[in-house]
Parts: sequence; C-alpha cells; structure tokens
Amino acid sequence: MSEFSTALGRSVPMEINGRTTLPFQGVGVHRPSGFQAAKKISTCADFPADGDKRVVVEGDMVAKLKEALHRAGLKDGMTVSTHHHFRNGDLVANALFDAAKQLGVKDLRWFPSASFPCHAHLLPYLEDGTIHHIEGSMNGPLGAYCSEGKMQGLGVLRSHGGRWQSIQDGEVHIDIAVLAAPTADAFGNATGDRGPSACGLLGFGLADSQFADHVIVVTDNLVPFPCLPWQIQGQNVDQVVEVERVGLPEKIVSGTTRVTKSPDRLLIAEHIAKFVRDTGIMKPGFSFQAGAGGITLAFAMFLKKFMKEAGVTASFVRGGSNQYLVEMLEEGLTPVILDGQTFDLEGVRSMRENAGHQNTSPFTSYNFHGKGNFASMVDVVVLGATEVDVDFNANVVTHSDGRLLHGIGGWQNCLFSKCTILAVPSVRDRIPVILDEVTTMVGPGELIDVIATEQGLCIHPKRTDLLEAANKSSVPILDIHDLKARVDRLCGGAPQKPRLGEKFIAAIQWVDGTTIDAVRQVL
Amino acid sequence: MVSLHSCHAGRRGDDVRGDVWLSYEPTPTAFELEFHSKLEGLYGDSTRALLKELAQKHGLELGRLTVEDKGAYPFVLRARMESLLQQVFDDPSLRIEPEAPVRPGPGGRPSMPPIQRDRLRRSRLYLPGNEAKYMLNAALHEPDAIILDLEDSVAASAKQDARSMVRHALLTLDFGSCERMVRINQGAAGLLDLAALEGAPFHLLLLPKVETAQEILEIETALQGRELLLMPILETARGILNADAIAGASLRNVALTLGLEDLTADLGVVKTTEGQETAWASSQVIFAAKANGLQAIDSVYGNIADEHGLRASVRTAKAMGFEGKGCVHPRQVLVVHEEFSPSEEELDRAQKIVAAFEEAEAQGLGVVSLGSKMIDPPVVKRALNLVRLAQAQNHGGADHE
Repeated sequence: MSEFSTALGRSVPMEINGRTTLPFQGVGVHRPSGFQAAKKISTCADFPADGDKRVVVEGDMVAKLKEALHRAGLKDGMTVSTHHHFRNGDLVANALFDAAKQLGVKDLRWFPSASFPCHAHLLPYLEDGTIHHIEGSMNGPLGAYCSEGKMQGLGVLRSHGGRWQSIQDGEVHIDIAVLAAPTADAFGNATGDRGPSACGLLGFGLADSQFADHVIVVTDNLVPFPCLPWQIQGQNVDQVVEVERVGLPEKIVSGTTRVTKSPDRLLIAEHIAKFVRDTGIMKPGFSFQAGAGGITLAFAMFLKKFMKEAGVTASFVRGGSNQYLVEMLEEGLTPVILDGQTFDLEGVRSMRENAGHQNTSPFTSYNFHGKGNFASMVDVVVLGATEVDVDFNANVVTHSDGRLLHGIGGWQNCLFSKCTILAVPSVRDRIPVILDEVTTMVGPGELIDVIATEQGLCIHPKRTDLLEAANKSSVPILDIHDLKARVDRLCGGAPQKPRLGEKFIAAIQWVDGTTIDAVRQVL
Repeated sequence: MVSLHSCHAGRRGDDVRGDVWLSYEPTPTAFELEFHSKLEGLYGDSTRALLKELAQKHGLELGRLTVEDKGAYPFVLRARMESLLQQVFDDPSLRIEPEAPVRPGPGGRPSMPPIQRDRLRRSRLYLPGNEAKYMLNAALHEPDAIILDLEDSVAASAKQDARSMVRHALLTLDFGSCERMVRINQGAAGLLDLAALEGAPFHLLLLPKVETAQEILEIETALQGRELLLMPILETARGILNADAIAGASLRNVALTLGLEDLTADLGVVKTTEGQETAWASSQVIFAAKANGLQAIDSVYGNIADEHGLRASVRTAKAMGFEGKGCVHPRQVLVVHEEFSPSEEELDRAQKIVAAFEEAEAQGLGVVSLGSKMIDPPVVKRALNLVRLAQAQNHGGADHE
C-alpha cells in the first residue's frame, strides 16, 4: 500500500477503501471548497398521504427489519448506519445484520456512530463477508478483531464531529440509516427522551436522517401523530418499524460512566478541580465539559464542591450528562446543560423534565463544516487518554501494545476548548502512560494544554499564561520530561516497541477529514 | 552440594495487578524459565533477562522457574526473587541488590528526611506489607507517616515475601517527606523482621501488642546501634495497665498508641462508634504518653465510607488529648489533618501570644503580657506548638521538587 507522511511525520496510506485521502496538514490548515453532498431527490407524492409509513409484518425484530431492508433495496456493498445512544444496550445493530445475513447480502459497510462490546455479536458477519468493514469507533472485541488484521477493509475511526463532516462532504454516503427511536409516530417523527427505552436524545442519528438515501426508524413506543418533541423529523423518514424492544437503557451506564473509587485517580480529579479553581478558570459565568471516564466524572464532583464554596455558577456545561451534572443543574450551579449524549438514566430523566437540559448534535457541538461550533467556546474540558508523549500529543484509540481498543468519540473535537486537560495516571500496572512518542497520534500536542497525573500537572510550555496562573495553586506543577524520567525509573526503562506488521488495519481521521495517523496490524 | 527446595513467592489470581508469581521446582536439568506475562509485548524481554540474571548471579543452575507476571515493577520482581531464592537455598540472609531509587538522594541512596523525635504525627497511613500497588503513590496523599505493615495485614504464610517486599520498597520507592514506619510482628517473628530490614532506610518501628516494659528492652537489645525510633501499640488490658512503664522504657520511644480492635476483643466487649468501652484505656494511654514526654496517638477509624463518622471521631480524639490518628485509606488523611488543625481564632490568638513572647524575649523581660493580661508560660508553650503545627500544615505533608 502506498504511503505518505503527515505534517506530524506519521506514515498513513494514500488510499482508504478505494478512496484517495489527504494526510493531516496541521491544525486549521485544510480548508475544502465546493458544495456539500446531497441525498437522492425524493417526492412527497411517493409517500402515503395519511402519513402512515409503518411496515406491517408478523415476526420478531429481525423479520421486520428484513422486510424493511428488502423494501429499502439493500444490495451488496451498500453503507448502512446506526447510532449508539444505547451504548452497550443497543439491540438494533445486531438485529439489522441478522436480517442482512438472512437476505444473503454481502460486503456491507457498517457506519455506526460508535460500537460497544455488545456488538461482538457481529464478529461472525465480519468473518463470513456480510460486513466488509466498519467505519466507526471500534471498541473491545471488534477492535481486537480488527487489530489482528482480520477485517477485509480498512477500519476508519472518526470523531463525532468528523463523522458529520464525512457525511456532509461526501466522504461517506449512507445508503440506508436504521435509527433506533425510544418514541416515534407512524410518520417517522422521533424522540429519545421518553418511552420505556428512553435513551435521552438522538443527536448521533441526526445526520444519518438528513443525508441517507433511505431512513428506517425503529421504535418500541409508537405514539399517535405527532410525536412531541421530535429530534428526528418524519420528513426525512421512509419507513417506520414497530418492534418489542429497541434497546436496554440500563446498559447505557457502562464502565466509563462511573465515578472512580481509586484513591490515586480521585487525586488526579482533585488536582484538576483545584487547578481550575486556583487559576481563575472557575469564575462566574464560566463553562466546562467533562468527558466519559471515572476520573473526569470525579472531577465534576470536586468542581461542584468548589463552585458551591466560592458561590460561583457556570453559564453552561457540556454533557455527556450524568447524575452529577443534573444535580448541578437542579441546584442552580448552571442554568443549562448542552447535552450530546446521556450517560445515565438521571440524564435521561432530566432531559425530559428540565427546560435547561438541551439536546444537541455533533452539528451544533463539533461540526467542522458548520459556521462555528460549541467546542471552541468551552472554557475548560477534561478528557482521558491511553497515552501521551513529551510533546503533549495524545492517543485514545490504541493501547501501548498497538491494539485498537477505543473509539475517538468527541475527544478530538473537544481539544479546541480554551483549556484542554487530559486526566491520566502516569503509569498503569507498569505500563507507562507518558512516552517519547505515542503509539498512535490522535490529538496533536499543540491543542493539549495540561496533562494531569496523580504526581502533578504538566502544562504545555506555550501556555505561559497557565504556567503563571498555576503559581497561585498548591497543585504540584511538573516538567513532563522529569515526570517521564521518574516513571521510567519505576518501570525499569521505556517499554519495547510493539511488534507490528506492515499492513495497515485502520485509519485515524482528523476533524477536518484528513488522515492524522494509521494503525498497523499487531503480530 | 546444597539441596534445593521446591517453593514459591509472590501473588497470583485474577485480581492481582502489578505483581508476579514465581514457582520453583528443583530438577536435575539446567535452569529453565517458563515465562508468561501480561506485558510480554512491553517488558517481556527485559523481565526475562532480569530473572535469569538474578538466578545466575545467585548460583541457581538447575531446576525450573515458572513465572506468571501481572505487570510487576522491577523492584517487585527483585523482592519476589529475593524471597524465592531465600527459600530455595534455605538462607534468609540472602539479599538481592535493589533497583535504583525512584527519587535518588545523595550518593544515589533513596532520599529520606532526617530522623526527628518531635515531628507532626497527625496521620499515619497503613499499607499492607505484601502489596506493592498501594505503596507506589501513598506519599502523594500526604500523610505525616506511612506504615509498611508486616503484622496483621500479612497472612502468616506470606511473612517472608512481605519482608523482602518492604525492604525493596523502602530502598526504591519515593515516600516523599512522610515519616517511614514499619510495623513488625511480635516475638521471634518480629526479630526476623528486624534482621530482614537491616540497612533499609526508615525512621520508626511500630511494636504491636506490647504488654510489658521488658518487651521494649528486648527490642532495644536487638536494635543495638541502629538509629530507629519506637512507637509501642497497646492492644491488651495488660498493656494498657502497664502504659506508664512501657512509655518510659526507652529513650527511643516517641509516641504511644493503642489498637482498639484487639483491645475490645481482649476485653470481650463490642466496639462501638461512641467508644465508651475504651474511654478509660484511651485516657490511660494519653496520660502515660504525656507523663513521659511522648505523643499520644489514637487508633484507626475503620469505616472508610463514613467521612462524617471519621470527622466526629477525630474531634473526640483531639478533645481527649490525642495528637494523631491511624488511617486505613488515603482519603482519610485530609479529613484527619483538617480536624487536627487549629481553628482560625485559635491560630490568631496563638500568633499574638507568640509575637508578645518574642517581643518580651527581645526586651529581656521575664513576663509575657498581651494587652493588660499576663500570659503564663504553659500558655506560651501551647501557642508556640500551635503556630508550629499550623506552619507545618501550610507547607503540606510532602515536598514537590
């Protein structure tokens, strides 16, 4: 495979699944021109005048989806998309490919907004060629499968904003979108905030509904027209499929959405909250975002305490919402949660009940082709990472052994905040987290301001303002090289380089659609 | 020819992290290593090389060593190998060279604050002596002291493993500005502990279940010229009754503490949150400590989830005359420090008294007065202590160079 080098010197393939690509040019350099992609023209005369788009067939979800996919004209090589608001409790993607298999269709491209361990069900379909490859985050077993070089095509990992960008500029054309909806009407209007399987919102399926040639809404709570409120508009929907159950909301809460109990990790969270307080970032009307992950959730808990002590309220916070953010909203510490996905059932309830709990989408929050977005307006964001390096570059998709195990999520998009803090332990059971060079480049160091560990915080040298402000804080400030040297002394030197093959198994896209790095097969 | 013993060292199991299991079988064939590691791709080569090197250096030329590595740090690998080789050759005096310290001090030795009789001992964090993972970052939580425990938190079968682990931890890890304490076992096991810790850098020995002054004298004898402080723990009715004699038995004694779990068991009473059943014993320990110029230190608060309960318990302890408390979880440290800290009004008044004292001294006056009030010498002494305590707190427990 021909390769070229990115602006950060990483080697990436020139071609991704038959499409030529551009290497990463640098932050803010690539500016595409032209017009957005469009879907096939449709005519209202082709749809029932009474608005009833239900597919009425007997049988289980697979039988019904089989019929709907047949009517949608599913063919070999098509692109099929799903959203991930049910996280590890999703039932639709698995049923969708059960149906595709029964239809005997091959070489599909699955384009989910994220995948979870529950999707290990799809491994046999990758084996038998029903699914050609996945373009979306690859978590757990799917990531491991891909890492071993078994997937036919190249995996493509995009941020939430990058996924929207790829749909808008035609990098990915969705043939059929199959969207789980906790509540919908027969016309296709749909919402995520209510119904027995309420999952909060449907923002990750919004682009799919607007740009796919064919849109199937799958619901287990069909209500009389009109479904209010709606986030998916029926005007974009071709068919409505009524099933027993679309997802298991109790499984929305997965490992990354629980507060840590580890004393060292709590210490990281406390360091960050103190830093945010002491440097004056926490001031009246400020804003923040805490991503998924035990440390970042604990950060929100500490920050809440400090805000109360200081009598400071925010102007908005960005979710991933969870019970802690909801408490802040309901106790008046923030008037608004701008929420991209609910991480627990309290978030779901609040979105339904609180006017200040606003659903958003990657378009409003992260989109590259939008006329601005929310991400850059946030004062401080706290995120995780699998590895960082002494130049502050970071990795979130692979482990140090080179295995692909996580998706990008909104991580890359959030780096554009005014102060980006990565919360990481300096070492995990002898696996150093601070390296000379990250295994996979996912976020360029120039966008990462602080690396927060249990030992203390490392501030990017270009942020002299933060370095100075940090003098007011009791939180230890460390030079990243010193910290790395300390970790290396504990671990017995830097680790061996992972044994990787020549073959690329996945491409990592930057928020603008260029390729920032590629992942090679693990031997 | 020495006979080689079949044995094992270290820990294994699904929940084990940062540790290793070593199992040795003597065979007549050349030494071989069967190696499985969670970190094969990252540190497999160097770990294999280290284990082979240590075996060879100590003359282990025959037999099979099976290794299950769950991400053990080099200092853990050395500690486990030391324990294993001691058993293989039946030689408890066998030593493996330690790793270089994580924070090297002068001459490449591990850095350690000087031994100090009268330092702050508000909090002491217990760390099980056979578990490396809790030791790594213990100092970051800034307790005044850490205790590497060889006694109750270590299973009887793991004592030898734990001795090597504690030794290597003291020689390698960075415990910041914490006072390094080690709790040894009673009697003969305690003397083995002491022998194993020869040359390891630490400050203080905690002596469990002390009942008589004689036991302190025996430890004195065993310590010979070693520079170590002592903190006896009274955990039995007999020990409590002998508190005064125990406190006065050695110039090495700096503090006296008690263990309520064992004491209530000895008394045959239920341990309650209010602690009425041990109120007299607590007072006895405080009086014995003060009468002998020692610090009085309270037992631990076991319910780690109950912050309010811990606060209340520290308040009671402080009111009774205790100056410190044991911690069984890092998150307890801050609460203990906060509650042992003087209030702003107390501090304000103390600072005024100290200022008045300094002024009186400068003027060569024998009497200290604040406004129109005379200040008695004990009040001045208490104010000086309070200001010193507050200054120590402001500097935090650990230095961050």
